[in-house]
This record gives sequence, C-alpha cells and structure tokens, in this order.
Amino acid sequence: MTVSSLSPSDSNSCLRAPRPLRASERRRVETLRSAPLRRSRTARIMRGSARSHGTQERDKCVCMTNCPTLIVTVGLPARGKTYISKKLTRYLNWIGVPTKEFNVGQYRRDCVKIYKSFEFFRPDNEEGLKIRKQCASAALNDVQQYLGEEGGQVAVFDATNTTRERRETIVRFAEQNGYKVFFVESVCEDPDVIAENIVQVKLGSPDYTDCNTDEAIEDFMKRIKCYENSYQTLDEDLDRELSFIKIIDVGRRYLVNRVLDHIQSRIVYYLMNIHITPRSIYLCRHGESDLNVKGRIGGDSGLSLRGKEFARYLAKFIQDQNIKDLKVWTSQMKRTIQTAEALSVPYEQWKALNEIDAGVCEEMMYEEIQENYPLEFALRDQDKYRYRYPKGESYEDLVQRLEPVIMELERQENVLVICHQAVMRCLLAYFLDKSADELPYLKCPLHTVLKLTPVAYGCKVESISLNVDAVNTHRDKPENVNIHRSSEDALQTVPPHL
Amino acid sequence: MCYLFLIANIPFSDFFSLSSVPQFTNSPTLIVMVGLPARGKTYISKKLTRYLNWIGVPTKVFNLGQYRREAVQAYKTFEFFLPDNEEAMKIRKACAITALKDIHHYFTQEQGQVAVFDATNTTRDRRADILCFAKESGYKVFFVESICDDPDIIEANIMEVKLSSPDYQDCDKEEALVDFLKRIECYKMSYVPLDDEMDRNLSYIKIFNVGFRYLVNRVQDHIQSRIVYYLMNIHVTPRSIYLCRHGESELNLLGRIGGDSGLSPRGNKFACTLAGFIQSQCIRNLKVWTSHMKRTIQTAEALGVAYEQWKALNEIDAGVCEELTYEEIQEHYPEEFALRDQDKYRYRYPKGESYEDLVHRLEPVIMELERQENVLVVCHQAVMRCLLAYFLDKSAEELPYLKCPLHTVLKLTPVAYGCKVESVFLNVEAVNTHRDRPVNVDVSRDPQDALLTVPEHI
Repeated sequence: MTVSSLSPSDSNSCLRAPRPLRASERRRVETLRSAPLRRSRTARIMRGSARSHGTQERDKCVCMTNCPTLIVTVGLPARGKTYISKKLTRYLNWIGVPTKEFNVGQYRRDCVKIYKSFEFFRPDNEEGLKIRKQCASAALNDVQQYLGEEGGQVAVFDATNTTRERRETIVRFAEQNGYKVFFVESVCEDPDVIAENIVQVKLGSPDYTDCNTDEAIEDFMKRIKCYENSYQTLDEDLDRELSFIKIIDVGRRYLVNRVLDHIQSRIVYYLMNIHITPRSIYLCRHGESDLNVKGRIGGDSGLSLRGKEFARYLAKFIQDQNIKDLKVWTSQMKRTIQTAEALSVPYEQWKALNEIDAGVCEEMMYEEIQENYPLEFALRDQDKYRYRYPKGESYEDLVQRLEPVIMELERQENVLVICHQAVMRCLLAYFLDKSADELPYLKCPLHTVLKLTPVAYGCKVESISLNVDAVNTHRDKPENVNIHRSSEDALQTVPPHL
Repeated sequence: MCYLFLIANIPFSDFFSLSSVPQFTNSPTLIVMVGLPARGKTYISKKLTRYLNWIGVPTKVFNLGQYRREAVQAYKTFEFFLPDNEEAMKIRKACAITALKDIHHYFTQEQGQVAVFDATNTTRDRRADILCFAKESGYKVFFVESICDDPDIIEANIMEVKLSSPDYQDCDKEEALVDFLKRIECYKMSYVPLDDEMDRNLSYIKIFNVGFRYLVNRVQDHIQSRIVYYLMNIHVTPRSIYLCRHGESELNLLGRIGGDSGLSPRGNKFACTLAGFIQSQCIRNLKVWTSHMKRTIQTAEALGVAYEQWKALNEIDAGVCEELTYEEIQEHYPEEFALRDQDKYRYRYPKGESYEDLVHRLEPVIMELERQENVLVVCHQAVMRCLLAYFLDKSAEELPYLKCPLHTVLKLTPVAYGCKVESVFLNVEAVNTHRDRPVNVDVSRDPQDALLTVPEHI
C-alpha cells in the first residue's frame, strides 16, 4: 500500500507547477482518504487484526468495526418513525455514510393497490397478516441487496416492528448477514402530538386520497388501535442485550442501551438534538463584495456599495418578518460580519462557516486559474464535490467542517445564517437532501434569502430576492471537462465581471 | 429587547469575541453528581471538567469530601457517616453550604461557566436544597447519577482510588476496605435515586453500570447536550494511547515550519524503529491514526498495518508563514512574530490557524479516542501538544510550550483519576524543533532577542 503523493500539488515549493496525479494514484488516494465514519473502504483491505472487540457476545459472523448497520424503527403508527427515518437518512447521507430507508408501508401500498379501511390491519385478518409479512420480507431482501451489492452502509427499516417476535426475526436476519442492529423506538402518549402527526402526514398519504379529513382521522385512529394490543415495547430487562434508543415524548426523555460503535454513538447524538418545534431557518450570503465584483474567488474583502445596500435591506426584511428570538450567525470573514453589523442585533461568529479555502487559487479570477492551473481547473470540473484545491479544501472537506453547524442548527429554533456560496450550497444540500453531485451546482445567488421551514417529511423553501442588484457568481459545469480542452471551452460558463 | 439582556449577562470580551467557539450558554450551569460512594462520581467529575476546560468552557470541580477533610482534620472511622450521628450531620451540612458559596463565587467573581458539585447528593432533600440555591441565582442544573450494582466494579474502584485516599493513610488495605464498605452502607438506607415520575421535570442523565445503559431526561441546551454526548462516549476499559510525531522530515532539517515534505533518512529510520517498538509492545487490537500529510503517512506505512487518515490531525496551518524558517518570519513579519510570542495559544497566523482553532478541530478526534481502546496517533508537534494537554489537563498557557520532541513516543495509560505517562525515545537522532518563549516579547524588540530561542538547523 504505497502512495507517493497524496495531494495534487507538489508541496516542496508553492512556486513550482503542481505535478498531476497519475490515475492509479488518484484511485488509491480515494480509498485512503477517509473520514472516520467511512471506514468500510479501508477495512476491506485490512491486513492487521480484523476482529472487533465489540462482538464477543455474538460471533455468528465476523463483524468488523465497519460492518453495515441495520437501524430498525419501533413504535405505534403516528409516532414519528418515518419522520425520524427520513431525517436520519438525510443526515447520514450528507455526512458521507451511504444510507437508505425501506418503508414497509410503501411495500404494502405497492402490493395492495387500493387501501380500503383499517380492517386490513386487524390482528385477526389472516389475509392481511400474510401480505404484511411478505412485504416485510421483501423489504428485508432489498435491504440485503442494498447493504451487499450496492455498497450501502446503513439501512433504515421503517415499520412498526411492535412485537418481540418480529424484532427477533429481524435480529436473526441481521446475524446471518453480519449486520449490526440498532433499534430506534418512539414512544408517545400525548394525544395532541399524535393528532398533529396525523394531520400533517397521514391525511396526505396515498391511503386517504379519497377520504375527507374526519373519515381519515377516524379510520387512522382505529388503525392504531389494531396495533396497541400486541405492542411490546423495548424492555430494559428483557431486551438488555439489544442496542437501542427509546425516544419518549418527542425527546423529553431518552433511554439508551448498549451503544456499540461510532456510528451508533453519532446516531444517538443526532437523535437527541433534533426537535419538532416549528421554526424557520434563513440562509443567505454576505452582501456583494469587492472581490465578487472583480470576478475573483475567495479572499477576505469588504462589501461593495451594493453589498452594503443589501445589508440595509436585509435588516429591514428581518424586522418585517417579526421573527421570535432570532439568532444570527456569520463566518469570521469581513464580508459576512459587515452584513450582520447592519442588522444591529447580536450575532455569533463561526470559523466553520468560512468560505471554502481555494488554496493556491485564492483571489484569482477563473481566467487566471485557467491560465496558471489548467489541469486543476479541468479536474475540478470533473468532480467538483471531491476535488481539493492545492493547499485548499474540497466540498467534501467543507461538509465535514460544517457538521457541528448543522448539529447546532438542529438544536436551535429561528436562525439566520449569513455565509458564503460554497458553504450555503452545503447547508442547503443538507436541508433539501441534495446529492454530492448536485450540491456544488446549487444556485445560491447574492442578495437572495432562502427561508426554510420544516413541513411534513421535508422542507418548504421560499426564495426572497431583496431587489438589490449584484454580480452573478454561479459557474455551471461546462460541457468539456477534458484536461486537454481549450481555454475557450474551459471558460465558457464563467459569469461576467469587471 | 432580548439582546439588551444578553449584553448584561455576557462579559464584554466574550460578547464580541472573535474566537471560533460559539457562546455555549449564557447562564452558568451547575452539574450535580448523584450516587453512592465508589460509583465513579469523582472520576466522572474530574474527567468532565478536564474535557470542558480543554474545549474552552471554564469549569471547576467542588468535591465535598475535600471540604469535609478540611473541616474534620483526622478521619477516624465510618461511624462519622452513620445517619444518626448528629454532630457529623451538622458538619457535613455546613460543608455543603460552604461548597455552594464557593460555587457562587466561582460563577460571579471568577468567570466560571460550569461548576461540578461532586458529592453523593443521595437524598431528595439535599437535591431540593441545591435546586433552591440554583434557582435564586438563575443557574441551570444538570444531574449526573451513577448507578452500579456490580460488586466487582465497586471493589475495583475502592482499590484504585479509596485505599490511597488521605482518609486511609494509616490503615492497612484490609481494614480500609472493610471500613469503606460500611461507609457505603450508611448511605444506602437513605438513598433515593432520581425518579422517572417524581423527577420528571429535572434535567439529568442516569448512567447504569459504567455506561451499559443511559437514561437522559430533559436536556435543556447545547452544553448539556455536549456533556451527555461526552459521558456516553467514555469508558473505563483498560487501554493505552500512544502519541508520537512523524519521523524527522526534510523541512524539519531545514528549520522550516509547516509544509508537506517527506521523511529524511533519519525519519525513515525512526519509522522502522517505531515498527519494531510497536510489535514488541504486543498491543491488542491497536488502531493507528495519521493525518493527511505525507510525513505521518510515510511513518505509518513502515508499520505494515492498516491505518486511518484524519484531516483533523493535520499540522497547524501557519498561513503566510508556511515553509518559512523562524529567521525568515522575523525578517518578513516581525510584528506577527512578537504577537505570537505574547499569546501563543490564541494567536492566529495570517491566513492560518491558532492553537485555539486546533483544539476546536481536534475535538472529534478526542471524542473518538475516548470511544476507542488501544490507539497509536502519529501526528505533528502542535497537534500532539493539544492532545497531550487534554490528557494531562494542561492549561491554555502551558499547552503551546509542551515538549513533544521528534522520535519520542508517549504512552498514556489512564490510572485512578488521571493519566500515567511513559516517554520512550526510540534512539534515532533528530533535530530539535522546540522553540521556547523568549524573554522579550515586545513588538519593538531586536531580531536577536526574537531569535534567541530558535533551535538549530541547517
């Protein structure tokens, strides 16, 4: 396992032209450059001791520290299982852990085309039970495929899983395949919360497209009843060997049992930080800066005249919105701080919100990058998410440094984040579940505020342009990303500037 | 307006602080330990305090046993702790009040942000008194209860930390053990654990059997969330952490800082010697971590085992001073050079980082080190200083001057309430890269004064 160069640049002197990485080196660089969570790649070529100490109890299948994890939700209907599944999946994918959810309700809808009534879920409905069991099996098969051939690392099995028997089946399935199992149970008896859940997500479900609201609620309540009698909650004693977190009353209390490894610890931390209190997150960039106007990237310049105007407009906009207890966050760069200053409210500076470090390309125009580093410029267009500027950062690095910001955003309520183009793309990708391929090309124009409001299983986005002109700083992916392309082809999508 | 309230409560310097650490909480937090003796309360208190201070949250432990030892000069027997010993009860209550007064002083006069009240606090009455005290001053309260019924763990605790306590200086081991177990019995009768129902409005974490299970109730804010996360990641399984720097690099030889050069011939020799050392130690399931920089990777390669790269372990970014010698820094940036000597911990290189930034980026590494067992971390000088400061509880003033010479492995083994350190020099010569703080840190000093402590190089 030899790697002779790990960064695209020759780092003995920043004055020499960088040596291009050979294709073979680049592939090896990918495998070795791992964030602590994405260990699966290196594990498969491990030469050292492969046994993880955490599996002494269950040596059915050698489970290395990074064997796939099967998250299993548990709980009555309308307890937020799907909400948690989707949110957790979105978070894990964003931090680079390939995750997919498998919603058994979906499988049921695919199997039984038309939902008639709650009677399908009655415990004595044998036909119904058969179908539901088949759906669960089909879902588990797909889980196996995802965690096996498709290279997934975490699968979220989203179903009620309310009986000990069903859970034991799943645990056996996991043991046979060498997966670690982590249960996430949501327990809630607050009738208001449950009613709100039903209104927010069940009424809009395909199951109830042809019903009116009252009928739907009544039917759904009866559906819940069908599960209640056979519901066996995870028990401190009977289930003491299992790894799980029990979330009680939407996060008022948690019971955490036998966390086995890093990913489970992260999952627990995440679940303990999310909440469902209504709130909005406002994302915007700093006002137009002097370097923006010149078409130069990075740097730490102040606001242009138009940028200052935007800051004043932003202050008024924020006032008009009448936001309760708004927190304002900026980076540690002049342009975001100057923007926040105009708001005349306290704000907090995060170094983690600083713009992506463009390394040797800092303060250059795209034309200059093409002239001085044509190879780098092309490599970046080939894989904008993973490409790291020589002596700088990649979008992938950005995501890693923004993770604490996201965690804190989850804890907070109303927040306005004044940041930068690449940073805003990363944050937006988290909230809107955008892939690593889409992320670096998300449109985040200057002088535009995005208001994100969590709703149902996702996020509502309102885009508000504050009517102050600014340069466009968005460079689309050009057609020709070949390293031998002409300058013209390379610079085709560069936005105009002074 | 809410922001006026904020200004009144945060010290001016923090409010407009340019540090990378966001304000964790506005009101001080009182962490209250709960549990029978020998349940690890002091272990948790000290460890948590060390962690919070390292990440920049001023924290202090107030150990009631200490107050009691000061009040009652000579400990006689467990009888002091009998529930019907009125004289003793008076003294113990007075000690608690004194401790709370000191906590109040710490918060109001000493800019403390978190206080850990380390005592048994096993009765509902005592906890109610504390809650009252906190409410009066607007302090947030977070309880940490440790419940353990495994007699082996309890006995191991007693052996490790109680027998060597000042209380048992003049006893032999057997006597001490017997007395201590009777002491525990004194508390058992009146012990009322935090209750799911009756204490449902309190914020707390209950730790069962050293981390097997946790019950977390009503986490109020960011700092409590971080505390919970930390407590859920620590363990007491015996293990060792090995810290070392990469082998001597080519830039090291030239006296240049930063950069991303490869190993020198002596550095390569060190890597091979390190491999031999590691093998000879016969370490179970050793994990090896490096940074993303050539010199640590080349060092790890020689070990012939799998290793994991962390970008967070990269050396401090010296910004405009990258790859310069100290002489060149003095020549081109004499003012910066002096400012750095004035406050090496907080000073940030132009377009670079500070030690304070480093600590912030190393926090996930520390968290993962806590989760792991045997680990070898091959890193860099400034990084190693930060990690060492965490394990050895060094202050921000000491941290940037900790000695971390090349070709030396530090083996850290947690023991009792702290860490045993063994320093192993692997007998391969290397340049010295340690620059002490010079006497003259004035911005208008002579180059000579500035360069007084620069170590030799080619």
